[in-house]
Amino acid sequence: MRQGHSYDATARPRPGRTRPVIGLAAAALTLAACGGGGGGGEDAAASYPDGDITFVVPFSAGGPTDTVTRLIAEPMSEELGQPVVVQNVEGAGGTIAAGQVASAEPDGYTVLMHHIGMSTAPSLYSDLPYAPLEDFETVGLVTEVPMTIVARNDLGPTTLEELVTYVQENQDTVTIANAGVGAASQLCGLLFQQATDTTLTEVAYEGTGPALTDLVGGQVDIMCDQTTNTTGQIQSGEITGYAVTTPERVASLPDLPTTEEAGLPDLQVGVWHGLYVPAETPDGIVEELTAALQVALTDQNVIDQLAELGATPSPESDATPEAHTEQLSSQIDLWQPIIEEAGVSAD
Amino acid sequence: MGILDSLALGFETAFTPVNLLFCLIGVTLGTAVGVLPGIGPTATMALLLPITFGFDPATSLIMLAGIYYGAQYGGSTTAILINLPGESSAAVTAIDGHEMAKQGRAGKALATAALGSFFAGSVATLFVALLATPLSRLALNFGPAELASLILLGLIASITLASGSTLKALAMIVLGLLLGTVGQDIATGTPRFTFGQRELFDGLDFVSLAVGLFGVAEILRNLEGSMVRSVMVKKVQDLWLTRDDFRRIRMPVLRGTALGSGLGVLPGAGHVLASFISYSTEKRVAKDPQEFGRGAIQGVAGPESANNAAAQTSFIPLLTLGLPANAVMALLIGALLIQGIVPGPNVINEEPGLFWGLIVSFWIGNLFLVLLNLPLIGLWVKMLAIPYRWLFPAIIGFAAIGTFSINLNAFDVYAIAFFAVLGYGLIKLGCEPAPLLLGFVLGPLLEEYVRRALTISQGDATVFLTRPLSLTLLVLAVVAFVVAVLPAVRRKREVVFVEEDDGPHPPHPPHPPQPAQAGPRDGASRP
Repeated sequence: MRQGHSYDATARPRPGRTRPVIGLAAAALTLAACGGGGGGGEDAAASYPDGDITFVVPFSAGGPTDTVTRLIAEPMSEELGQPVVVQNVEGAGGTIAAGQVASAEPDGYTVLMHHIGMSTAPSLYSDLPYAPLEDFETVGLVTEVPMTIVARNDLGPTTLEELVTYVQENQDTVTIANAGVGAASQLCGLLFQQATDTTLTEVAYEGTGPALTDLVGGQVDIMCDQTTNTTGQIQSGEITGYAVTTPERVASLPDLPTTEEAGLPDLQVGVWHGLYVPAETPDGIVEELTAALQVALTDQNVIDQLAELGATPSPESDATPEAHTEQLSSQIDLWQPIIEEAGVSAD
Repeated sequence: MGILDSLALGFETAFTPVNLLFCLIGVTLGTAVGVLPGIGPTATMALLLPITFGFDPATSLIMLAGIYYGAQYGGSTTAILINLPGESSAAVTAIDGHEMAKQGRAGKALATAALGSFFAGSVATLFVALLATPLSRLALNFGPAELASLILLGLIASITLASGSTLKALAMIVLGLLLGTVGQDIATGTPRFTFGQRELFDGLDFVSLAVGLFGVAEILRNLEGSMVRSVMVKKVQDLWLTRDDFRRIRMPVLRGTALGSGLGVLPGAGHVLASFISYSTEKRVAKDPQEFGRGAIQGVAGPESANNAAAQTSFIPLLTLGLPANAVMALLIGALLIQGIVPGPNVINEEPGLFWGLIVSFWIGNLFLVLLNLPLIGLWVKMLAIPYRWLFPAIIGFAAIGTFSINLNAFDVYAIAFFAVLGYGLIKLGCEPAPLLLGFVLGPLLEEYVRRALTISQGDATVFLTRPLSLTLLVLAVVAFVVAVLPAVRRKREVVFVEEDDGPHPPHPPHPPQPAQAGPRDGASRP
C-alpha cells in the first residue's frame, strides 16, 4: 500500500469529499516531478529545495515508523520551506521501499525513512537489490524507540531474574511471540535467547497487533516489543513488563528496570530510525536535510510526542551523517552473526 | 459512572457541531470510497490520517471511524449494480444483489442493503455500549486453535455460496486456497509462487482478484452475445420494498445482526466470516433455497446486516483493550498515538469522553448513512440506463485506476486482466467465483492459525480437540459438511437428467436471461 500526503506549512490541506483524489493526484505529481527533475550537480544543490520532497516510509500508515516520520515531517517542511509528502511503500520487510529510493534520482527530493531493518536486511535477504552502505547517503539518526520484555500475566515470574530462570528451566515449552521475519520483535527475541542461552519456540504473527492480542489472551508466553506497542498494556496491567532494553529507564514506564540493572547487560537493543538519500546526492543537499532534521528534533511538539511513545529524539551529535553511518555499519556487523546463527532467512 | 451518565457524556461529545460535521464528512467519504471500486477504507483513512493531527482526538476518531463503517455501507452499491465487489463481504452481496439488479430489482436490493445495514449498525452500537468489556474478555479466549476451527467452519459453510454443483464449489474453494498461498510465508519468510516478482512477496491483491473475477469477467461474458443487456434491465421497477419484501427480510436482518455482532468481536477472522456465514445460514433456513444465487432478497439482507454489525463490533477489542482486530483498527491506533493517547484498557477511564463520544457517533453516523443513501438509490439505478458502450469502458477504467491507486503499482492492473480471463474461463465451465474468493481470503488465515496452534502446542495436533471451544466449532463444521453434501448426493440422480439441457443452475447463465426467467417473486412485487 502506498499513499501520499503533503505537509505544507503554508497551505494546510482541508478535509473534504474530494480529498483522496487530490491526495493521490498530489502523490502522482510528486512522483512525476521526482522522476523527471533529475539532478544537475552543484546547480541543483544551490537551488535546493525548490519543490515537494517525498519521505518514503517502508511500513504502513499509522505504524510506529510512520508516526515518527510524520512527526518530524512537519517541522522539517517548515525549515526547508517546501511541502514534505509522506508516502507509505509497504512490503517485503521494507526492502521494496529501500530498493526504490536506492534507484531514485540523487537530487534530495526522495528521502527514505528506515529503521533497524536497514541493518538486518543484508543478512535476511540473499538477493537484496541494494547495499545499505554503498547505495545510500546517510542524513542522520532520528530517534531510538526502546523495547520492553513482557509476558502474559499468569506466567509466574515477577522479576527479570526470575523470568530468565523460568525460561531456562522450561525451554521446551516456553513460547516467544514476534511480528514476523525481520521484525524488531523477532530481532529482540533472538537477542533475548542469545543472552539467556536458550532456544525457545518462536511463534510468528502478521504484525504486532495480533501478537499482543494473543499475549493478553494468554495464548503465548513472552515477547519483546517496542514501547510504542506495549506501554498501554503494561500500564493497565494486561501484561507484565520486566525490563526495558535501553541504557536508561523510560519516563512513561518508570517502574521497569533496564536490562543492565536487572542482570541481562548483553540485551541492549532499540529500534533506531534514520533518514537516507540515494548515493551520489550532492553534499550540499545532504547538509540541508541534516540541518533541517536537527532543527526538527529540537521542536517541542516532536519531543513531547516522542516521549509519549517512550522515545527521545537523537541528540544533535547523532543526527549527522557520520554518526548515522557509524551506527549503520556497526549494526550490520552486530546482526549478521546473530541472524546467521539463528538460521533466519527472508527468502 | 453508570451507563446512563456515560451515554450522556457520549451524547455531549458527539453532538458538538464540529463532531457532527466530521461524522457526516467521514460517512460521506466512506460511502464514496465504498462505491468507487479499488479505493478502500484503509487507503482513504491512511490518506486522511495526517489532517486529523490538528483535530481534537474525539473528532479525529469519529471521522476516521465514519470512513470505515461508511465504506462497509457503500461497498454494496457497486457489488449490486455492476458486480464489482471492493472487498470480501461485498462479494457475498454481489451473488444475489447483482442478480436482483439484472431482474430490474436493483432499487429493492439497494434499499434492503441500506435498511439492513442501518438496523444492524444501530443494534450493534448498543452492543458495544452495553457489553464491550465482557465481550472483549470473551473474545480473548479465541486462541489460534479456536480461530482455525472457526475458519474451517466458515470454509465449509461457504460451499453453500454456490448455487450449482457442490463438487465445483469445493474445487473453487481449493483453487482459492492455492491462490491465497502466493507470497512470503510469515513464519519462515520463504517466498512461495512468487516467480521472483517482488510484487508478489506480499501476496496477490484482493481487489485485483475480485475486480477481475467478478466485474471484468462479467463484462467479457456480456460482450460475447449481442449488445442486448442482461446486466441492465429492460425496465427498472419500483425502488421501494413491498410489505411482502419486509416480511421476507425481517428474520434475515435479525439473524445477520446477531451473527455479525458476535463474530465482529473476534480477533482477525471474525469480520471476514460474518457475511459469508450469514449467507450460508439464510440459504439453509430458507423455504426456497434454490432461489439463492438467482436474486433472493434474503441473500442481500442477511449478509449486509451481518457485515455492518461486525464493522461496528470490531471496534470492541480496540476500544476496550487497545488491540487492533484488523488493518483499519491498527490505523486508528496510529491516530491515537499521534494525538498523544496511548491505546489500551485505560482509555475508557482516562478519556471517557472520547470512548463514549465515539460510540454515540456510531449511531449518529448510521443515521446519516441511511438518510444519505436512501435518496441516492434512485440516482444509482438510473446509472444502469447508461449504454454498454459507455458503461463498460467506464467500469474498467475506474476499476483500473482504483486498483492502481492502492499501491501505485501497474502489476496490480495486469493482475486484473489475468483474473478477468480466468474468471471468464470459470464462468464458461459453470464454476462460480464466490467460493474461490472465500478460499482466497480465508486460506492464508487458516494456514496461519493452524500452524500457530501447532507451534504453541509443540506439535501436538490434539490441541484442536482438547480445547472445548475448538472442539465445539469442529463438531459444528462436521455437521455443516454433512448437511451441505447429503442433499447434493441425493439430488445427483435428478440433476444428471437436467444437466443435458442447461446445467445445474449456474448463477451467470451463459445467455442473457429472458424476461420469463426473472424469478417468480418478480411478478408478484410489481405495482
